[in-house]
Parts: sequence; C-alpha cells; structure tokens
Amino acid sequence: MTSLHKPRLQKPRLGTTALIYLALAGVLVVGGTAVALDGGNLFATATIVDMLTRTSLTGFLAIGMTLVILCRSLDLSVGYTAALSSLVAATTMDGQVANIPLAIAAVLLVSGLVGAANGAVTAYLGVNPFITTLGTGLIIKGYLDTQYKGPAGDVPAVFQQFGYTRLGPVPVSTVVMLAVAAAAIWFLRSSRTGHHMYAVGGDLDVARMSGIRTGRTLMTAHILCGMTAGAAGLLLAARFGTGSAEAYTNLYELDAIAAVVLGGTLLLGGKGGVAGTVAGVAILAVLDTVFNVLQIDPFAKDVLRGVVIITAVAIYARRQLDRHARRPRFAEGKAS
Amino acid sequence: MTRVRELLLRATNPTATVFVLLVFVFAAVFVKNPGFFEGPSLMAFLKQAAPLVILAAGQYFVIVSGNFDLSVGALVGAQVVIAARLIDGEESRTFPVMAVMVLFGIAVGLVNGLITTALKVQSFITTLGMLLVLYGAIRLWTGGAPTGSLSESFRVLGRMGIENVPVLGQIPWALVVMVAVGAGSVLLMRTRFGRVLMAAGDNDRAAALSGARVDTARTLAFVLSGVSATIAGVLIGGFAGVSAQVGDGLEFTVITAVVLGGVVLGGGRGSVLAAMAGALVIEALFTLFNQFALPATLRPAVQGAIIIAAVAYAARRRTRPVPTATATPPTATASPTPS
Repeated sequence: MTSLHKPRLQKPRLGTTALIYLALAGVLVVGGTAVALDGGNLFATATIVDMLTRTSLTGFLAIGMTLVILCRSLDLSVGYTAALSSLVAATTMDGQVANIPLAIAAVLLVSGLVGAANGAVTAYLGVNPFITTLGTGLIIKGYLDTQYKGPAGDVPAVFQQFGYTRLGPVPVSTVVMLAVAAAAIWFLRSSRTGHHMYAVGGDLDVARMSGIRTGRTLMTAHILCGMTAGAAGLLLAARFGTGSAEAYTNLYELDAIAAVVLGGTLLLGGKGGVAGTVAGVAILAVLDTVFNVLQIDPFAKDVLRGVVIITAVAIYARRQLDRHARRPRFAEGKAS
Repeated sequence: MTRVRELLLRATNPTATVFVLLVFVFAAVFVKNPGFFEGPSLMAFLKQAAPLVILAAGQYFVIVSGNFDLSVGALVGAQVVIAARLIDGEESRTFPVMAVMVLFGIAVGLVNGLITTALKVQSFITTLGMLLVLYGAIRLWTGGAPTGSLSESFRVLGRMGIENVPVLGQIPWALVVMVAVGAGSVLLMRTRFGRVLMAAGDNDRAAALSGARVDTARTLAFVLSGVSATIAGVLIGGFAGVSAQVGDGLEFTVITAVVLGGVVLGGGRGSVLAAMAGALVIEALFTLFNQFALPATLRPAVQGAIIIAAVAYAARRRTRPVPTATATPPTATASPTPS
C-alpha cells in the first residue's frame, strides 16, 4: 500500500500546485490592472513591501496548519497559541538582549506543548480535532484573559528588528517564513514521517494496518503546528514590542485555514502540500493589499474575501473531481 | 441483574451521556441555589436557553448529514439587523418583515447547500465564506452600526409568554417555540427524509447507490439550519434588543452543544433530542458559572476543559465494542448507531 503513494502523489501534486501559482499570477494581473485603472501602481516598492509583510504572519500559521490538515486533523487554537507565545517571548526577554535565546527556546517549548496536548487528546482519546483544539483555544483564552489585563513584557530593540528589517524589498520575517516553508516541503517529500502524514490523512485504518504508528504521526504534526504558531507569536512580539493577549481577536486561525485550502490542500486530508499553501498565503496577501490600495470599504473586503475563497475552492473541486479524485476513491472503497 | 446492566449500558452510551451530564449540572445548580427550580426562575432560564436549543436542532441536521454550518452566528446577527432596519418601529410591518426574514434564512441555507453539494466545496469553507460575506454585507449595508428599531409585536415572541399559569407563573413563548421546534425535529428525523439524512452522513456512497437523493437531503439540511437561525434571531432580537454582535461566536457554541449531545462530527450518528439537551447543558453551565461567581475571564477555560472531557468520555464509550445480542464484527471501527 505504502509503495503506491509516491507515484500517485507526485503527479497530481505538480498539476495542482502549478494551477495555484497560475491563480496567483492571475490575481496579480487582475489586481495590478485594477490598481492601474485607479491611477496607482501595485508593483511600486512600498506596496510590494506591504504585500510581503502580510505574508509572513499568516505564512507561519498556515505552514503548520498544512501539516495537521494533511493528517485529516485541524487546529483552531493557533491564534490563541500565537498570542500566548508573544506574551511568553516578551516577558522572558524583559528588555534584556541576553535573554533572547532563552525566550525563543521557551516559546518553542510552550507552543510545542500546546501542540502535543492537542495531538495527544485527538490521537489517543479519540476526540474530534475540531472540539479538541476549540477546547484548548478556550482554555488558553481563559488563562490569557485572567492573567494579563493588557500588554506585558518588553522586547529589546535587537529582536524588534525581526519584525521590521528588510533585505532589499523583502522583510526578514518573510525570508524566515520561506525558509521554514522550504524545510516543511523537504520534510513532507523526503522524510519518513512526512510520507506517513499523507498516509494517515488518506486513510487512517489502511495506514495503521500498513504498520504506521498513526498516533505518533498525528502528534508530530500537531507539535510542529504548535511550534509554527509559536514562531508567529515571536513575530507578533517583535512587531508590537510587547506581548499582547489581544492578538487572538484577529481570528488568525481562520485566515490560516483559508490559505491552506486556497493552496489546494484537501480539508479531508491526504492530498496537498506546503508549496501550494505559500501560494495561498500570497493570494490572500495580494488581495488585502489591492483592497487597501483601492481603499475599498473594510466591510466590503470581508464580502469579497468570502466570495474569492468559495470560488477558488469550487474551481479546485471541479478539477479534482474530473481528473484525480475518482480513481483513488474507488480503490479506497474496495480496500476497506 | 440483566436489566440493571442494560440500564447502566444505556446510561453510558454517548447519546445518553448528555442527559446524565444535564442531571449532574442541574443537581449542582440546585445545591448552590435551591430556589432555581421554582417556576419563575426555571422559566426565565428556559427562555434564555431557547435560542441556543433551536440553533442546536438546526445545526444537528447539517452535522448528522456530514457537514458543518459555521454561518449561523453571522446569520442570526444579520437577521436581527435586517428586522430592525426594515421594521423601523412600525407595527404594521412586523409580519411582512418576518416573512422576508424567513425567506432570507431559506435563501442563505439554499446557497450554502447548493455550493456544498453541486460545486463540491467542503462545507467548512462554504460556510466560512458565507460567514465573511454576511458579516461584511450587514455592516456595509448599515454603515457599521445597526439602525432602526423593532416593533412591540415583534418582541412579543422573545419577551412575553402565557401569563398567570399556576405554579409556573409565566410560560414564555420562547419555550413554546422551542418545544414545537423540538417535536418537529424529532418527527422529521423519523420520516424518510430523516433516514436519508442519517444514511448520507454515515456513508454517502452507499446511500446514493441505494437510491437516496443525498444531495437534496443535505441541501435541505442547510435550509433547515438557516430557518432555525431565523427563529433564533427573532427570539434573541426580542429578548436582547438590536445589535450586530449578537451572533458573534455563536456558531462554535452551537457546534459544541451538538457534539456534547453525542452527535459525531462527520455525520451518521446521534439523536436530535440529545443535541438539544447538549445546548441545555451549556446554558446550565453558564448559570452555574454565574452562581459560583466565577470570574468572567476564567469561564472560557472551564468551558473548554469540560467540552474536551465530555467528548473524550463519549469517544471512549464509542470505541469500545458494545456487548449486545447482535454482536458486531471485531473489525468494525465503531459500534452501531445508537438510536
């Protein structure tokens, strides 16, 4: 069964990912034209910087989210984990440059533990991930609301550079995000656990019968997802200069899920990848920048976003139905 | 002996767990405040709980057929704002506007259902998109803050009741509506439509191959959810007044309630009565939090812990083979549907 995965996965993945980058190009062209008609320039340095800056935060969250969604799981707690991480970072640093490595370690530990809790409850107690992560999200929210009445901690100026410095037009945070994305792509394509994630998401029972420790795979995905949320929290701390509990009100988790799905990863698991997710993040960022430059009413922005997300997914669904989804599904039906 | 065992088994199956939980929470409320079970305060509790219970019934249809509806919270907010804007304090407009609201609820459900079934978009994304669209559109239409006001006759359903009833004092209309919706839902699940819905959630290909119109049933489930959000909007508007925020976050509370009722996300298992009981448990928990004067900031944490524990407990029961006369094959991953 496992030997079947490689050939079957790689062909459609190339096609789907190419389609998504085509969509990204399309969005850039349409957006650029709209902005040009309005008398602006979407490709001016300032707007490009704005676009790239927008990608980093959602990017971190979406990379981790891709891993859990590939395993047919979900993480609704990432926004809360990121807020918690920003507080852990800022209070541990406490204005001291020497504390930065310790703070980063503390953040990755705490966010990894949240992910581990999500993974353990989902994998070993059999709780639906929707409920598990909604529950842990609520628990963190309760802790944050009780413990922190306002911003806390102090981020030294050196670390704030992570939020603001640019290499040419590209912000450092975006570079780091792309590096994490590259690592994740390698992990999914070349590591054993990465392949196991596709198998677990494709069919849990078949994966288990093929000798995969499905619980461990799910745990790994959730821990990594928690840690990318921790990275997002570090970025939040660097941008704000303090830790902020209020960050969870922005519903980052829904943005991240939207980006993953826009990137062509199936919510039902087993199909997709991080390369597509990065394009999904970029599409959302371009849309936001275009709306901003055109000064579209913020409420109309929500309406347009909703319509774009549904339309894009409908187009992917049509494509997947025509070409790929049918054959594997019948094969799976016979196997079970 | 066997009867006792059977009773114990029945009490610990996932559907019945919620009723046991309900008894426990009510017992805790009673210990803390014996006055709670006197007519008037019990009626006040049920009046407040009615909208969530009705939403839970609507969400149940969608979940049991294998989908999600994340748009109900935004729809409730939209309906309240629409009512206020269109009625604008004029008594004579009350019933035409209510008709418009019902049509709007049906339309939103129909769009959700058709996008999910005909265009094959996962319902999570469809209804997330619908949430964004409704949220933005309502604020765009009203310019940020809701305008207009509700008429007195519109508010009757949410506020008033049958007066001068012995012992109970007042039976709120909200309770009457809730019982009617509950009875209707239970009956509906016993019809052909209900069976198809359950089958679609359990195994949609098997259902389709045996001739059931799976897509039609699923679309109708979304329409029912839209209608339940409309009814809840009327009650909440009457009870709490006009605000665009009334529905914010409601979708997660409702899904939690349904899952607490032992309904399995992914479909095919669970009863509508238990889903509604799940909503009652959540409302009772909120009451309990009030009585223990739990700090408002700590409530989400306690709520989250209880949800995970309850669902983990139910899941534990479900994965164990149930020793019944008709033995389940050992390879089956789940026990048969509890009815």
